[in-house]
Amino acid sequence: MPLQSLDIARRSATTTPAPSVRQSLEVAKLIDISKCIGCKACQAACMEWNDLRDIVDETHGVYDNPRDLSDKSWTVMRFYEVEPQGKLEWLIRKDGCMHCADPGCLKACPSPGAIVQYANGIVDFHEENCIGCGYCVTGCPFNIPRISKQDSKAYKCTLCSDRVSVGLEPACVKSCPTGAIVFGSKEDMVHHAEERIADLKGRGYQNAGLYDPPGVGGTHVMYVMQHADQPWLYGLPKDPKISPLVSLWKGVGKPLALLALGLAAVGSFFHYLKVGPNEVEEGKEEKAS
Amino acid sequence: MKPGTVERYNVSERRNHWFTALCFILLALSGLALFHPSLFWLTNLFGGGPWTRILHPFIGVVMFLSFAGLAVRFWHHNAMTDNDKKWLSQWRDVMQNRDDKLPEVGRYNGGQKLLFWVMVACMALLLLTGIVIWQPYFTPSSPVTLARIAVLLHALAAFVLILGIIVHVYAAIWVKGSVGAMTRGYVAKVWAKKHHPAWYREVTGGRQ
Repeated sequence: MPLQSLDIARRSATTTPAPSVRQSLEVAKLIDISKCIGCKACQAACMEWNDLRDIVDETHGVYDNPRDLSDKSWTVMRFYEVEPQGKLEWLIRKDGCMHCADPGCLKACPSPGAIVQYANGIVDFHEENCIGCGYCVTGCPFNIPRISKQDSKAYKCTLCSDRVSVGLEPACVKSCPTGAIVFGSKEDMVHHAEERIADLKGRGYQNAGLYDPPGVGGTHVMYVMQHADQPWLYGLPKDPKISPLVSLWKGVGKPLALLALGLAAVGSFFHYLKVGPNEVEEGKEEKAS
Repeated sequence: MKPGTVERYNVSERRNHWFTALCFILLALSGLALFHPSLFWLTNLFGGGPWTRILHPFIGVVMFLSFAGLAVRFWHHNAMTDNDKKWLSQWRDVMQNRDDKLPEVGRYNGGQKLLFWVMVACMALLLLTGIVIWQPYFTPSSPVTLARIAVLLHALAAFVLILGIIVHVYAAIWVKGSVGAMTRGYVAKVWAKKHHPAWYREVTGGRQ
């Protein structure tokens, strides 16, 4: 894999700490929705760099093409026609993995090392360890991972971890003609977003803001939004978090259930040691037969 | 059959039971492998992670069908009576081998009947939730919230079932003569009289 084992901060289905002595700069991709023109250069760059070719689908009479993310389309432009302030706005959002600081996919994954989080914040799938159970899909609050019909492995945006590890920006960032996608340290990106938000507010977008949802510990893909108070206009949840059902199952449920099963087995044996077998008393044999 | 014994399970019932047990062992091992990271190594028994994921649901369907056979055979023996409830409420006496204080037991005692119904409920729940999370056939067409509920309930039902089977296996070891009933098919008359007196009267017509 492109990054070293030293750079792995978290590993799926692993209960001991990952190698974590080396501190690494947290990176982030910032997508300024107000600057996006929907040209899909990022989609093309993504498939080119990752060497993926999705099937050529039919047109559905809308700009969204392909209609949804897939095992071969790790990013798609989503087009929304909305009227948040009484006038029509065409909002275009580049959808893809958000690279959560607290990734639900990683939490739900049962296979050791199939999902890792690098020290720089990138969440990556290692498909050779993927068993195809689809638990990552239940863990994700953003509906991102896709299980391939071809090989039953899970796929999603890698944030070009291979490029980032050698000091390059992700392919989508490089291709963006308007500068709507930028990449750098998370700190710098938050700072850059603040400038953009101040500019948008000056242009009448009073609710402009940054989408970096705290419910998942913040994300390493962030959006500048004209209407940050209404993220659902862009097809995003207001306060995304890992489903409590998944947290219960993969949180306290796991160790407690195992403990209870162990106690039942040991408890049974201890019961036997105290009470002994329940057997027909000797001598009754002849009487009954 | 040896003299002094009565038949408890015929060969078809015994085969049905042990086939279900075999499926259960495979399912418990493969299921626990995917349940807790510390048990992931159990996937090696099934040819690795992907094979475990592939095989588990198929074995599951086979176990359900096999268990359905058992349920149909033993359904009518497992109606809970007031006597059974009383038996269950005296679980302390049961645990201490104080059989003389317990109400008279028929073919099955209250604990066995309770376990039967718990297993029926768990098996049904495991099948329904298992279908929802069955990759790659059914999950892609189910809403993600349903899959989240299903995966949690599947783990819960499996936990209750495994716990129930631990009790079941221990009870068979603890109550001497029970294992023979399910392997050879017969039990000593004294055993029947001690543990299931009402059933003993029924099969022997009250004769000694």
